[in-house]
Amino acid sequence: MVELSDILKSRKEAIRAILAGVNDPEVPVLSVLDLGIIREIRVAAGDAGQGPGEGDDRPAVEIVITPTYSGCPAMDMIRMNIRMALLEKGYDQVTITTVLSPAWTTDWMSEEGKEKLKAYGIAPPHPVQQVCHTELFHRGEAVQCPQCHSYHTQLISQFGSTACKALYRCEDCQEPFDYFKCH
Amino acid sequence: MHPNPSLTDSCLHLADDALILGHRNSEWTGHGPILEQDIALSNIALDLIGQARNFYQYAATLKADGSTEDSLAYLRDGWDFKNCLLVEQVNGDWAKTVLRQFFFSAHQYFLYERLQESKDETLAAISEKAFKEVAYHLRWSSEWVIRLGDGTDESHRRMEKAVDELWKFTGELFLPAPYEAQLAKEGYGVDLLSVQPLWKEKVNEIFAEATLTIPVEEEGKETWMQTGGKAGRHTEHLGYLLAEMQFLQRAYPGGEW
Repeated sequence: MVELSDILKSRKEAIRAILAGVNDPEVPVLSVLDLGIIREIRVAAGDAGQGPGEGDDRPAVEIVITPTYSGCPAMDMIRMNIRMALLEKGYDQVTITTVLSPAWTTDWMSEEGKEKLKAYGIAPPHPVQQVCHTELFHRGEAVQCPQCHSYHTQLISQFGSTACKALYRCEDCQEPFDYFKCH
Repeated sequence: MHPNPSLTDSCLHLADDALILGHRNSEWTGHGPILEQDIALSNIALDLIGQARNFYQYAATLKADGSTEDSLAYLRDGWDFKNCLLVEQVNGDWAKTVLRQFFFSAHQYFLYERLQESKDETLAAISEKAFKEVAYHLRWSSEWVIRLGDGTDESHRRMEKAVDELWKFTGELFLPAPYEAQLAKEGYGVDLLSVQPLWKEKVNEIFAEATLTIPVEEEGKETWMQTGGKAGRHTEHLGYLLAEMQFLQRAYPGGEW
């Protein structure tokens, strides 16, 4: 006999697999799982015991997410994409809940996500959480150039193409690049 | 959940502050002096509008009268807005804009630092997120105040002029409205008078390096401060701002993308 906990686990795994295909619209190499914004996947326990097979097992789902930045404009689109992805797979009872606390931090980004960022040309956030301190004109830890891997890089602006990224320039290969800020 | 008018009003005040300043900053988009600074200020505006959304959404829940974040932002009239007067001032030149940001970010920094400890979970959560963002705003604006203050003769002159124009609006930041005082008493809000010395210290520190002078009290009298925003008594500027910001929703009620 199949345990209820096993059924719930496999249901969550199925949803997790779908979420792995929902990407950040701004940084399309990162999935919402890589970003670490999926706090919890809750599935209804109802109809447990129904046989396996397509179309049988589509319980009500609640996805709990935490936004990255207060004003991140991608969050609305991400919510929509999550809903669409689940709908496409037959889940028509989807609730997406946003929780603000604990606040999202770049610490929650997966290591895999960080590697993907680097390959994409965006310097990933440093492993040691370093919230921007108010020390002025501070030369923070050197950020590595994702193109040529040099550490001779210079901060142009703490605010880059999006709220989550800062703009840097490499003094060796002369290329500009974004750095995913520690937050 | 029983309604707590002090909580609702404080929430609206925090939202209005963030929205109005976010809107003012967004007026620079496409007009910044350098591309990277245009982007920086636009990002700051976005952060602020995001904070405003969070507070408006909470206020709408508290009011439970059909209000939404959009109706609160776009359909209230000037006398219902509770933002402080500082944020509604016109942008002026870059010096005035960075100074306004510095004064306000320093205020938000210490305010949110404390509001994170609020007994109200939602206020605490919004503040926890906002605090991290404001740290970047404070650093950016502090650096600019120093660059321009301790810059050329012209940039220094413009900064001094900005100080003259904006100083009178900084007092209101620490004068609690009745709803703020009540909320602090209940343990949900922040005692603004405890924040003021920290703000003054920060201003002294940055102004010293920027070679700027803080307007001095004369003959033992306090520098006169303009107030009223938190109570809905605004300068003439808010009217024009809202006319522009709210026009589309007012002209096409219920319009959506």
